[in-house]
Order: sequence, then structure tokens, then C-alpha cells
Amino acid sequence: MSSDREMTDSEPDTDSWKNESLPIDKLDFEAELMAIAPEQTDPAVRQTHAPSTTLERLRVEDVSVFYGNTPAVKGVSLSIRKGEVLALIGPSGCGKTTLLRTLNRLTELTHNASHSGQILLDGDDTHQLIDTELRSRVSMVFQQPNPFPMSIFDNVAFALREQSRRRPRRRELEPLVKHALQRAGLYEEVRGDLDRSALRLSGGQQQRLCIARAIAQEPEILLMDEPCSALDPRSTAVIEDLILQLREDLAIVIVTHNLQQARRVADRVAFMYLGDLVELGDTEQIFTAPRDEQTREYIAGVFG
Amino acid sequence: MLERLRRPWSDRRAEQLLGAVACLLAIAIVLMIVFIIRGAWPTFTHDGASFLGSGGDLDNQVGAMINTTAHPPASAYAVHIWPLIWGTLLTAGFAVLFGLAIAIATAIFIVDFAPPIVQRTMKPVIRLLAAIPGVLYGLIGILVLVPFIENNLLTQAEENSVIHVIQLTGGGLGLTILLVTLMITPILTALITDALESVPRPWREGAIALGLNPLRATVAVSLRAIRPAIVAATALAAARGIGEAVVVSMVSGGKAFAPNPLDGKIFIFEPVETLASEIVRQAENLSAPAVHSTMYAVAALLLFSSFVLSLASYLIRLPMRRYQVSD
Amino acid sequence: MASAEQVGAPRLAPPPRRGRGRRSPLRSWRLRDQILFVLTWTAGIALCAVLTAVLVFFAVRGVEYLRPSLLVTHPSASVTQSGSGGFLDAIEGTVLLGAIGLLIAVPIGVVTAVWVVEFGRPRWLGRTVESTVEIIAGTPDIVIAIFGLAFFQLGFFSFLSFSEPGGAFGRSFLTAGAMMSFLAIPPIYTATRNGLLATPRQMREASYALGKTRIATIRRVVLPAVRRDIATGSTLGLARIVGDTAIVILLLGATLRLQSAGSFGFLSGTGSTLTSYIFNNSPAGDGNAPQKAYAAAAILLLLVVGLNWAVGRVGRIGGPPLHQPSRRLGA
Repeated sequence: MSSDREMTDSEPDTDSWKNESLPIDKLDFEAELMAIAPEQTDPAVRQTHAPSTTLERLRVEDVSVFYGNTPAVKGVSLSIRKGEVLALIGPSGCGKTTLLRTLNRLTELTHNASHSGQILLDGDDTHQLIDTELRSRVSMVFQQPNPFPMSIFDNVAFALREQSRRRPRRRELEPLVKHALQRAGLYEEVRGDLDRSALRLSGGQQQRLCIARAIAQEPEILLMDEPCSALDPRSTAVIEDLILQLREDLAIVIVTHNLQQARRVADRVAFMYLGDLVELGDTEQIFTAPRDEQTREYIAGVFG
Repeated sequence: MLERLRRPWSDRRAEQLLGAVACLLAIAIVLMIVFIIRGAWPTFTHDGASFLGSGGDLDNQVGAMINTTAHPPASAYAVHIWPLIWGTLLTAGFAVLFGLAIAIATAIFIVDFAPPIVQRTMKPVIRLLAAIPGVLYGLIGILVLVPFIENNLLTQAEENSVIHVIQLTGGGLGLTILLVTLMITPILTALITDALESVPRPWREGAIALGLNPLRATVAVSLRAIRPAIVAATALAAARGIGEAVVVSMVSGGKAFAPNPLDGKIFIFEPVETLASEIVRQAENLSAPAVHSTMYAVAALLLFSSFVLSLASYLIRLPMRRYQVSD
Repeated sequence: MASAEQVGAPRLAPPPRRGRGRRSPLRSWRLRDQILFVLTWTAGIALCAVLTAVLVFFAVRGVEYLRPSLLVTHPSASVTQSGSGGFLDAIEGTVLLGAIGLLIAVPIGVVTAVWVVEFGRPRWLGRTVESTVEIIAGTPDIVIAIFGLAFFQLGFFSFLSFSEPGGAFGRSFLTAGAMMSFLAIPPIYTATRNGLLATPRQMREASYALGKTRIATIRRVVLPAVRRDIATGSTLGLARIVGDTAIVILLLGATLRLQSAGSFGFLSGTGSTLTSYIFNNSPAGDGNAPQKAYAAAAILLLLVVGLNWAVGRVGRIGGPPLHQPSRRLGA
């Protein structure tokens, strides 16, 4: 990755969105939590949030995923609603990444992968949808930032260019690119030169660029595979804020091995272990009153 | 004294010795340039720039040179090799064009579409194709393809129409381009396939995750990413194509003629000679000084063009560095 | 957690598994992508077809015209096919040239690679030598041949070939072999270089720790480790030598049989190789004996295929890259 940091990662004061406070219309757990475990929460960052609607976007029905004959995911059912962030947590090898990649059928890139069960996107069986269409509605951001070897503008406009019938002009693309970069919180930092090579950005900026690229097509669902694990704490905080902001319009599924991160950004948490979905519930419930023994042990750090 | 020999060599001495051997190669290159220019000197001094120009029948000019004596007058060196230059440009140019298209298409096939079994066999196939000696391609060309073309693709009327200037055989420009393409495509394919396979996986996965089909993902991202490799490979292939002497001399029609595109269909069958093939043709006549010096001048031109190709490749790749990951 | 209920419960059939889902159909792709798709398949198939055609063609012709007697009979000047003998001399010529070429190329190639990798000081010199090898690799064989001619026609080298007052002939096995080494040096250099770079540092450091000098380490520890790479590079170089025609035409004098001359007998004399034999017997040369040409071609092809097969076996996994170091082709 390029090491010259032409732009810093700290937020300039002009970013007004960060100072907005989000509506809180649920019971406020904060006081309770502060009493129980004050060191586990950071009130400045945590915000509870109820999905504005309970519109179900994606439903996973009894899905099992196999590599050859080995099951990586066993009989998982869950649903993902618009406006919420669902975190998949669990130790390495528990199948959370495989489950994530099944949602946009990226598992098909592996030759011996197969699955049973159904995944419904707004009622449509994803298996029956054309894969390229599915992936424009269900976007993904990867663990390692992977901006293409092109300019910033070309990166964000990439999918837009490829998906359209005829080649769109730069004039038509500019507002869309700008909008995507703004939503990703990167616009102010790069507006000076959008034709700069994307590889020259810092790690955190590259990841935000990947997010901008992923949301340029206005997907319904955003999948994130440990998006912050390759970044420093400052960039991580920036991206977590971004996630909280983005969930207004999207449903977000994030895989993370960082329990604190799950606690900070997620509305609901699913704990997986060795391919099984062990427990699924609201963030607070999972972290403060897990029902399952294994969940409790994992949260407490007995194994990881 | 024996003691001195039996003592282990000092590293310093060894380094100097090894370095001297390594420098032998650099010295060899310098010698090569010197000797070739030296051999070409008379032609350069007597002809000057008109050497590269056109004018008259090249075969006649060279033919006249063969019979000259030991110290020919300046006028005996007069020759205009433009037909050779034009022939080289045509054959190598088209061969590289076709070869590049085939190589990229094959590379994408191997990396994206070929079933695993086919993938594994393609590698040895390409390696073998690259290893086939040129003279064998030439043999097939001259014994099989030339009669075939002459009998099936060329009519007597067409041949008669130009008989007063040139004799049309089945060979000529078209067949030459075909064979030279065959010779440079395998190495081009191998290089581009290697480059395509070494494109980092996350890029391609990222493109597919954005909703592109596999072919689009490869074309839009991977091909773009390996542009410097493509340029370098093309330069290498072009150098090979320009230097291909034996195959061309076997099928090219036997006359140093500058094919004229305006001749229509005949254009493909017109005879042609390239810089390299002319040297092979005149191999027995090199003892005549005028021929000797002319051929060395041709060789100097060949050498110069391969340097120019390397330089061009380097320069073209320079601005591409902007978008590449530095390694 | 076994329980009685589990044992007695009826076993459900496992749910059906699905592989790949519905994919973007070819029909729906943009026209240019559809065309490209067809082109890639065509190219892949065409290349395989060409190789098969060439191999089959020469196999058939070879069976038709190749007789064991041809391999062991000397060629003789004759107007008839049956009287013109075999091409034993051509085979001998090929072997001789290969041997001389490798004899020169292997030491030079290996030593150069060792120097560049292990020492390479001063920097600019190291880079220059690297570039030089690349230049040699890119030089057309006809130019190498012409250089050889000019070089060995100097009176100084008259002992290497047939000579008469007024100038050396310049053409002999020795001179041709010397120039053949240029063909073999780049593959040997590259293979050795890559092998040296791939040997782990610990190997060298262990030797230094035992008090060995650098050069002793190289001789005793590092070089044996890259034996395979040297063998691979040499085989590739040999394949190039065996298949080359231009240098032979210019530097070997094209006599039918091995003639001795000069100070070293056959070595400084003239002769022919399989490649020049094929060339001369085709309509392009002065002979007109396609049958002999086919027979020799079959042998030559067998030889080249065999050498390449050997590379695949001897070399490291998959053999070395066909080309110059790939890092050069990066950004």
C-alpha cells in the first residue's frame, strides 16, 4: 500500500453530519449499562436506534453451505431488515464469512461450493436471480481495501459504467460519484483531485473509497467483511461512524471479530460457532444477558 | 608456492574474477556494435541517407554488387533498401497485431473460461509451440501451404496480370505474416497469461462483487492492471518478429519487392523480403565487399531497431506507473 | 448429548443441495462481450489445433520417410533420393554445436548469475550486466551470426577455421558454437539467477557462521542447491541451439559432410546440422529432396519435444518461466 499520506485521516470541522444526533425512541439502556459495566461502553459513541420500519429485506431460510462435503454453515435462519445493522460474530472458522459471501453468491467462485436452503431478497430467491443483478443490489466491502488501479473517480464510477446499457458520459456520472463519495465521508478529502490514483490514498481512505464504490449503485444491502481489521484505530472510528450513518437507507450486515465494534455499531447480533447459528438477538440483550452458554463464554472471552 | 594455491581464495579476489567474467558479456555487446558498424562503414559513407530510401530494383542492385572486385568504386555501393524496411514493417507489424489479439484472447481463455483440465494442458501446449524450430514452420509453409495457396487461392489470370513485374507464387506477404505470427504468438501468450494470473485476486473479486460478469471483470480490471506487462511483451515479440530470418526467407517469394496495398487482392501474394531475410539470402555472397558492407548495414539497422523497441517499451511504461502498485 | 428420542426419531432426508445459481446468460451480455467470449474460446482451441496439426503432420511424414538407416548413413552427393544417403553428419553436427555452445554458455551464464546475485558491486555495474543479458536475449539470431562472422574473420582467429592468405573463412564448428552460446546464455542466466534468489538466507548464514568464506559458501553450499535450475536453464538453452538455423547458415559453411580444416580438425571445419540440412533440402535451399527434409524434420521435432519434456521433469514445479524475469515486466 502506498505510504505517502497526502491527506490526513482526521475529520475536518466542516463535516456537519457527524454532529447530528440520531433519534432515540426506545428504552434507554445506557444508564443501566453504566451501572453494570461502565468500562464496557463509550457513551460518546454508542447510540441506540430503532429501525425506522421493520421492512424485511433479506431472509435466510435454513441455509447450509458446503465446500465439497464439508459443511461450513449449518442450517442458519435469520432475517435482515432495512435500516438496521446486523453483526455476525464468532471465533475464526465459525462460518460467518462464508455465510456473508453466500448472501451475494460470491461463494460460487469456489468450484466445489454448494448450498441448501433459500435466501430471499425482497421475496425473490437469490439463486434464481441473475448473479450480476443480485450483486448490484447486494454490495460488498472486503477486509483488505481493494481499490482498483485507477483514479478515484474511475473507481467509484466503475460499476455505474459497466452496468449501463450505453457508455455514460463523465458529465452524467459526476453527480453520482460525488454523492457516493459524500455518503462515504470521503468527498471533502479528495474533491481537489478526483483523477488521482486511488492507490495513493491512505488505508482508511481506501476503505472509504471501497465503500463509496459499493454504494454508488444504491444497493439495498451492504455486506461488510471485517472492514476495519486492516485499519488503525482512528480510521476504524471514522468507518464505524459511517456505518451508523449509512444504515438510514441500507441494511448492513457486518462480520467482525471485534466484540466492542459489534457492540458499537450493531442493532442486532448473531453469534455463530462451528457453522451453527447459536444465538440471535438485539445487541444489548446479547451482550448483557446472553441466553446461550456458549454465547456467554464467547462474550466473556473464554475462547476466541 | 603450492601453499598459496591451496589457501582458500579470498572473497575479494573471487569477486573480481567473477565480476570480470560477468563483464565479458557487456564487452561482447560493445564489440558487437563496433564490429557491425565497422563492417557497414563503407555503405554508410558512400550512400548516406539514401541507403534507406527507395529507388530501383533492389535485387538488381545487389546482384550487380556480387560481381565487384576487391576494391570497388564508390558507385558500386549504391543501394536503396526501402523495400526491405517496408517489408519488415509490414510483416512484423501485422504479425504483432494479430499475435497480440490472439495472445490476449487465449490468455483470457486460459485464466477465465478453460475448465481446470484444459487449463493444465494449455501451459505445456504453449511451451511446446514456442519451442518448435522456425525451420519446421518454414518447411510446412514451403512444401504444403505454398502449393495449396497457389492452386486454390490464386488464379492464372491474376498471376499473368503482374508477370511482367513480379512472379506470384503461393508465398509472399500473406503467408509470411501468417508464419511469423505463428512464431511470436506462443511466447506472447505465455507472457500475458503469466501476467494475468499474477493480478491480485482481491481486484477481480471486488469487480465481481460489484456485479460484473467474469469476462467484464477481467477486461475492465485485470487487463488494465497488466498494461505495462503487455507493452513489454509486445516489444519482445516485435523484436522477435523483426529478427525472424529463416522462416521468412523460405516463404516470402524470393524477390525484394515492396508490396503495394493498392493492388487489391494481389497485395497479399506479392513477394517481399525483410531486413533479416535478405541477409540470409545473401549469405553465400558475403565475400563480395559491396555485398558485405551492405548486409552489415542492414544488420546495423536491425540492431538499431531492437534498441529502439526496448527504449520505446520503457518510455511507454513510464506514465503507467502512476496507477500501479509499486513492488 | 445423546438421548433416547434422538435414536428413535425418523431420519429426515438431507435437503437438496444446489451448486451455482442462475448466471448472467450470454444472451444478455453486451454485443462486444459476446464477441469477445467467442473469440477467446476460438483462440484457445485454435492454438491447440495448430500444435496438434504440426505434431501430427511431422509424425505422419516422419513415419512415411524416416528409415533407421538414414540416421546412421553419411550423406553423399547424388541426384537421386536413394543415392544421397542419410543425414548422420547432420546429426553429428547438431550434437557438436550443442556441446560447444553449452560448454561456453554454462560457465559464463552461471558465473554471471552468481556474480550479479551474490556480489553485484558496484550497483551500476550490476544493473548494466542485467540489462546486457536482456539485450542479448532480445537480439535476433541473424545479427549474432553476422557479428560472429565479422569477429572470427579477423586474421587473429584464422586458426579457428579454414583460412587462406587474405583472410580467415570464419566459418567452422568452433565459431558457430561460440555464437550459439549467446543463444543459451540468457536462459541459463535467468534460471540460475532465479534459483539463487530462491535459496533461503539461512542456508548461507549457517555456512558463514561456521567460518566459511563467501566464495567457499557459494561453491559448496549455494551452487549445489541450484543444480536443478542450472540443468533446466541448460536444457532450455540447448533446445534453442538445436532449433536455430540462421547462425548455422552463416557460420557453418554448409558442407554436406563434416570437413576438417584449420588447426582443430573437425572442430574448425565445416559441416551441417539438422536445421541447415532441412533448409538445404527444401525448395528454399539448393537441394530438392523433400523426403529427406521430412525425415530430418521428424528427428528434429522429436529432439526438441524431448528436451522440453526433460525441462518439465528436471526443473522445479512447472519449470522456470519461459521468459526473462517477470518482475521486469511489472510496473
